[in-house]
Amino acid sequence: MSTLFEVRNLRKNFGGLAVTNDVSIGLAPGDRVALIGPNGAGKTTFVNLVTGNLKPDSGNVFLGNEDITTLRAAERVRRGLIRSFQVTRLFLDMTPEEHVALAILQREGQAGRVVGHYSGRPALMQEVREILHQFGLLELSNIKAQEIAYGQQRLLEIALALALRPKVLLLDEPAAGVPQSETARIEAALKRLPADLAVLMIDHDMDLVFRFAKRVIVLAAGTVIFDGLPKDVIADARVREAYLGNYADAGSVA
Amino acid sequence: MTAPVEHSATVSPPVIRRLIDGGLIGALAIAVIGAAGYYLFPNNLALLTRMTAMALLVLSLDLVTGYCGVATLGHAALFGAGAYGAGIAAAHFGISEPLTMTLIGAVAGAVAGLVAGFVILRAHGLAQLVLSIAVIHLFHEAANKASRWTGGSDGLSGIMPNAVFGLFEFDLWGQTAYIYGLALLILVFVALKILVRSPFGMLARGVREDPVRVGAMGVSVHSVLLRVYVISGAVAGIGGALSAISTQVVGLDSLSFTLSAEALVMLVLGGTGSLYGALIGTIVFMFFEDTLSAINPFHWLTIIGALLVMVVLFAPKGLYGSAVALVGRFRRRQA
Amino acid sequence: MQTVFSIAVDALAYGMVLFVISIGLSVTMGLMRVVNLAHGAFAMIAGYLASYAARDLGLGYAAGILIAVVGTVIIAIPLERFLYRRLYGATELTQVLMTIGITFCVIGIANFIFGPTLKTIPLPPALQGSVDLGFRSIAAHRVFAIVCGLVVALALWFLIERTAFGIRLRAAVDNAAMAAALGVRTEVVYAVSFAVAIGLAALGGVVGAELLPVEPYYALRYMVTFLVVVSVGGAGSIPGALLACLVLGAIDTTGRYLAPEYGEFFFYLAVIVIVTLFPRGLLGRSKQ
Repeated sequence: MSTLFEVRNLRKNFGGLAVTNDVSIGLAPGDRVALIGPNGAGKTTFVNLVTGNLKPDSGNVFLGNEDITTLRAAERVRRGLIRSFQVTRLFLDMTPEEHVALAILQREGQAGRVVGHYSGRPALMQEVREILHQFGLLELSNIKAQEIAYGQQRLLEIALALALRPKVLLLDEPAAGVPQSETARIEAALKRLPADLAVLMIDHDMDLVFRFAKRVIVLAAGTVIFDGLPKDVIADARVREAYLGNYADAGSVA
Repeated sequence: MTAPVEHSATVSPPVIRRLIDGGLIGALAIAVIGAAGYYLFPNNLALLTRMTAMALLVLSLDLVTGYCGVATLGHAALFGAGAYGAGIAAAHFGISEPLTMTLIGAVAGAVAGLVAGFVILRAHGLAQLVLSIAVIHLFHEAANKASRWTGGSDGLSGIMPNAVFGLFEFDLWGQTAYIYGLALLILVFVALKILVRSPFGMLARGVREDPVRVGAMGVSVHSVLLRVYVISGAVAGIGGALSAISTQVVGLDSLSFTLSAEALVMLVLGGTGSLYGALIGTIVFMFFEDTLSAINPFHWLTIIGALLVMVVLFAPKGLYGSAVALVGRFRRRQA
Repeated sequence: MQTVFSIAVDALAYGMVLFVISIGLSVTMGLMRVVNLAHGAFAMIAGYLASYAARDLGLGYAAGILIAVVGTVIIAIPLERFLYRRLYGATELTQVLMTIGITFCVIGIANFIFGPTLKTIPLPPALQGSVDLGFRSIAAHRVFAIVCGLVVALALWFLIERTAFGIRLRAAVDNAAMAAALGVRTEVVYAVSFAVAIGLAALGGVVGAELLPVEPYYALRYMVTFLVVVSVGGAGSIPGALLACLVLGAIDTTGRYLAPEYGEFFFYLAVIVIVTLFPRGLLGRSKQ
């Protein structure tokens, strides 16, 4: 399948330490890829390089056929490279309806309008309701974000990203901090993401990763050490080494 | 949009909600209170007109501080620019048609907003606050130096506005000035009500709540803030022009740090992030200032200082915000 | 040549007075991250106390300084305990408003007690004359102010770099949570630093009274000057504050001598340039 999103030889040093070391990754439409790695592997830096919040020392980022390496973060978003945040970032004083409406307005280039109200636009309201319904948030439409449960805030976070109609979606630990009882709802929402969307999920939660991802990439010390099928990842010696260190050689850990 | 609107929205029919959101009720309230002031204090119309001009400054500050979360101690720069813009047009260029003067004030304020925003918005936190202070002092000293145009520390005089629409002369009792000011305030209030509930107004609130999230939606936070600054400048500029038209002088105090700080105090007293809060804060502050500082200016300072500490400690949402919260709690208990 | 020399001496003296008053603010802002607009109000209180002790009670200059410093610290301690502590971690807007409120109260109360006139602090004979340098003579109190600034800088350097308290203070500035976890009682460090900061403001208020006259609106007039100095130097940095005071003192004094009609124009222009180029101050630490 054609490549929709590609990272080529991306490199970033912090004071001589290569935090991202020659990373290359490609995503095609419809991909469901998980990026995992032990703490300090450089996952957060990688996300920031891709979204444009950090400048790489060398290497390129492509979206479609376009080299977006030098574009600012906001420009990348407008081209369809959307991210969600590990720690929920919502407008606590606004309702889910307002969140989604604002995202749609921004997508349509209407967010700079100084008159009118979104509720006066039936087509927009229809889409807002559909998206909120899809995430089971329709009943909470008019309650301020600070008053809804954390699990629902996480869902709204994803809904917000989706309302921007991404081509590539970076999900940064979508279920982080959510009680076990509610993760199922987030998983269900992830399952219903548009089929042609390319998704890169960054996560620690192996259960979630194995249920969601069709492909797993393992990052350790800034380098990609594995890129392949989920079933092969556990058996991979380098991955075991990266996660378990010396224990991997010691046989049974018990 | 403020908390009470959200609350009543769930119970009131949509028509009433629209009226409230559209600012009609607020406009009506301003008109009624304004008329009451007119009949209750006929000998004090100058003070009431000053209040109106000040209310425009505080509304303008509310856009920047209340809706976007930018803390500034230099907002009088925008007000003073409007006052000098209108005053210089009248005193040096013979443009004394009041509507034109007001328009010139709005443009001058908007330009000052662009300049101030350009300087202030590059920084954050303490640096931003200090830059805002530096900007107002720079404006002040520049106006003082350019005394050929501004009259320097003597103030700019020779402002003789024509009759409004060629019909209503500015009289000795300040009746025309007061009504003109009130009309401006109502128009601006309605315009701002429309603005804050528009998509752009939501964007501005978003910047206050979480600029990172706004950026992740593909919006340039800096350009949103700069646009708010320009709009805010136009509003403050109208206030400045009103002050120039009604008092017929412009002094350096209209470009002072003190005025900037006072505007911020009024805003916080009433409650940030709500247009009603801005208005209530202005009225309460100026009413007490007028009453108390007539007795002793230092007692006034002590009282306003203590009040400010109290508000910060016990009512961080300001008078209006706290009242709304109280009503909300009461309603919830009933429900 | 005469002018250059006068400007240099005045700039140095003014810069040192600014330093003595602002350095406490710089330390507390680096430590507690409180934008304290009331810092100048404490210098003003000290000026009033010193004037009362030295002029009205006739106790002399040295006693005036001592009474002013001790008295101001005693007044400040309950304020730290009951008001400032609530500001740690609050937003800048909250801090600004609370400290403006405190300033207003101080102005109002000081004038209620002492009256709205300018207060002088009579200098002892030794500081009234001038010091002969052979080729020039300098007003003695200017020399005194400069010496005070140097002594304060050295004493602070010693306190922070060479004492056990200094180690705790630096740890708390670096990372308050970590310092607390390591057993540093941060609230004690905060309280002591606050007291020292206020004591220095008081000292600067009295010593600098010849350059920054003690009058009713002192706290308002210089409210932002000290904040600006801290911001330009970088909160929490002693060398930064010293550098900022010397640079800003030089710019301000030169401007007043050579282009008085511009007032503080060049001072604030310099502030905008410096703060825009160095958002964390000239010698501020890169970590926020």
